[in-house]
Amino acid sequence: MSVQIWTIIFVFLSFSLYIGIAIWSRAGSTKEFYIAGGGVPPLANGMATAADWMSAASFISMAGLISVLGRDGTFYLMGWTGGYVLLALLLAPYLRKFGKFTVPDFIGDRYYSKSARLIAVFCAITVSFVYVCGQMQGAGIVFSRFLEVDITTGVIIGMAIVFFYAVMGGMKGITYTQVAQYCVLIFAFMVPAIFISILMTGQVIPQVGFGSELTEAYGGGYLLDRLDALSQELGFDTYTEGQRSTQDVFFITAALMFGTAGLPHVIIRFFTVPNVRDARRSAGYALIFIAILYTTAPAVAAFARTNLINTVNNIEYSAVPEWFTQWETTSLITFDDKNNDGRIQFVGNSDANELNVNRDIIVLANPEIAGLPNWVVALVAAGALAAALSTAAGLLLVISTSVAHDLLKRSFMPKISEKQELLYARISIFCAVLIAGYFGINPPAYVAQVVAFAFGLAAASFFPAIVLGIFRKRMNKEGAIAGMITGFSFTALYIIYFRFVNPTADDAENWLFGISPEGIGTVGTLLNFAVALTVAKFNPDPPQEVQKIVEEIRLPGETIVR
Amino acid sequence: MSDSNAQSYWKSNIKLVIKLMCVWFFISFGCGILFVDALDTIRFGGFKLGFWIAQQGAILVFVALIYIYIYYMDKLDDRYKKDSLELSDEAAEEVN
Repeated sequence: MSVQIWTIIFVFLSFSLYIGIAIWSRAGSTKEFYIAGGGVPPLANGMATAADWMSAASFISMAGLISVLGRDGTFYLMGWTGGYVLLALLLAPYLRKFGKFTVPDFIGDRYYSKSARLIAVFCAITVSFVYVCGQMQGAGIVFSRFLEVDITTGVIIGMAIVFFYAVMGGMKGITYTQVAQYCVLIFAFMVPAIFISILMTGQVIPQVGFGSELTEAYGGGYLLDRLDALSQELGFDTYTEGQRSTQDVFFITAALMFGTAGLPHVIIRFFTVPNVRDARRSAGYALIFIAILYTTAPAVAAFARTNLINTVNNIEYSAVPEWFTQWETTSLITFDDKNNDGRIQFVGNSDANELNVNRDIIVLANPEIAGLPNWVVALVAAGALAAALSTAAGLLLVISTSVAHDLLKRSFMPKISEKQELLYARISIFCAVLIAGYFGINPPAYVAQVVAFAFGLAAASFFPAIVLGIFRKRMNKEGAIAGMITGFSFTALYIIYFRFVNPTADDAENWLFGISPEGIGTVGTLLNFAVALTVAKFNPDPPQEVQKIVEEIRLPGETIVR
Repeated sequence: MSDSNAQSYWKSNIKLVIKLMCVWFFISFGCGILFVDALDTIRFGGFKLGFWIAQQGAILVFVALIYIYIYYMDKLDDRYKKDSLELSDEAAEEVN
């Protein structure tokens, strides 16, 4: 059977599963719609968090980025996992104890201020929209390549599926679909990785194969040594050595960590477990489930890079494998025969290089490059869709709860009934899906780049406000508001300036302290902390009852506010 | 609720969190980024040590840190609850 038929089978089966779950888990109350009734077992929540968290960027782009960046790609690996330590130790247990529906809910109540709540709503919606566009675009790429429809149709199919289960089931539907999606995506990621590891190194576990010797067919010697040698020979940067400045790698890693801990769609997952103990436990499970993919990805990156160089460098263009021609039709692989010798020169020198491979396709094309069976290739497509749709659903829910709960119920229309609130929540998911779909079809930048912005913004706005709200009893609304506004606007302006207003100036010489726009969220975070603490000093302490709540959330026991 | 009991609970919690955060910082930003070139001179199997920590080891340490935290916090929670019960019945009511 062809790849396309296998893909249709897998995509159809997995989508039927998601829709089945959606019908089974219809939400009847706002509590079910916002936080799945607060009764999700920690293991299930760990899986759901992992699927929620691992987006199209983790699944599709990350290994590809690492295979191009080599050791510098480390900031994605450590940044997107290290943030879970912050979440588990500094945020999740306390926010669960506080027991609310949304992140703006916490900010609004802790800082006893409608303005603080509205600023948080604004930040949550901006961050989630930026992030969701990348997901829709990822889904579009997969559909267009594997089902051979155009990207627009692909995005529309993706939108329709997410819309269906997010609108029906809210958080409850999303949670249990995410559990299924985690299983699909991890299976789809691991099967080809294991295959390739066995093929290239004879090791079943990719993490072991990563540090093992290649088989005779691949030339022997340690994989990483061979890759370093190949890279040097062709004039690419040495794979296991860093090219970016240490301070830039440092700041990008920190921005991704703080951002992870500040992303509203991840934080609200911890509201869905029964109690504080389970919140800690599900953070542990989540990171284990994430680590399975994140420790495999760098191995896949190294395998893919070696394989790609071996397969395409210096071969006759007329003799390229089938996958090559198919990706060429999507323009994600381009070949320009500069010296007219009919062969592909894949080298580091950009004047002589004739081959451009889009980083986003490394994972998708990897099984084909390694010549794996058609069903494995198709499985990857289903996995990538699971990753994109699970994250998109989580983000859309944040947008919907922010609008229906924080903006309408808690701020402007406090008199609406629960039933009306639920209706507004569903309407806002509908609108959010349409807007996200529009940006998915007309994307502003690469999948991973767009996502990196969301992290900077989340880091610079939410992370300090929440941490200070828990660990500094006397933090008042003036400090928190000033901090959030400073952090958010500084980070947003820096990124907008270098990426959209003046992209020609986007290099290390013009950057502030040599920090790239991806890493500037760290500076935004520090600014937020500094401004918040300073402004708080010159303003009155928060009211007694707020200080009492802060004391309460620090202690074990049942939820205090609900 | 007894204030001193609550305070000692919070202090133990903070101490634990600070210790774990130090390890977190040392492994990720220290070994994975700042001293990575120095550690790369050590090799095991097909890996340079610094490179391995940056792309594999740090993630494993993160998982371990969360589990150490879960283990000690569960113990701390139990001790806090027991102490609160012993102090007075009234305290127990407020905690629950």
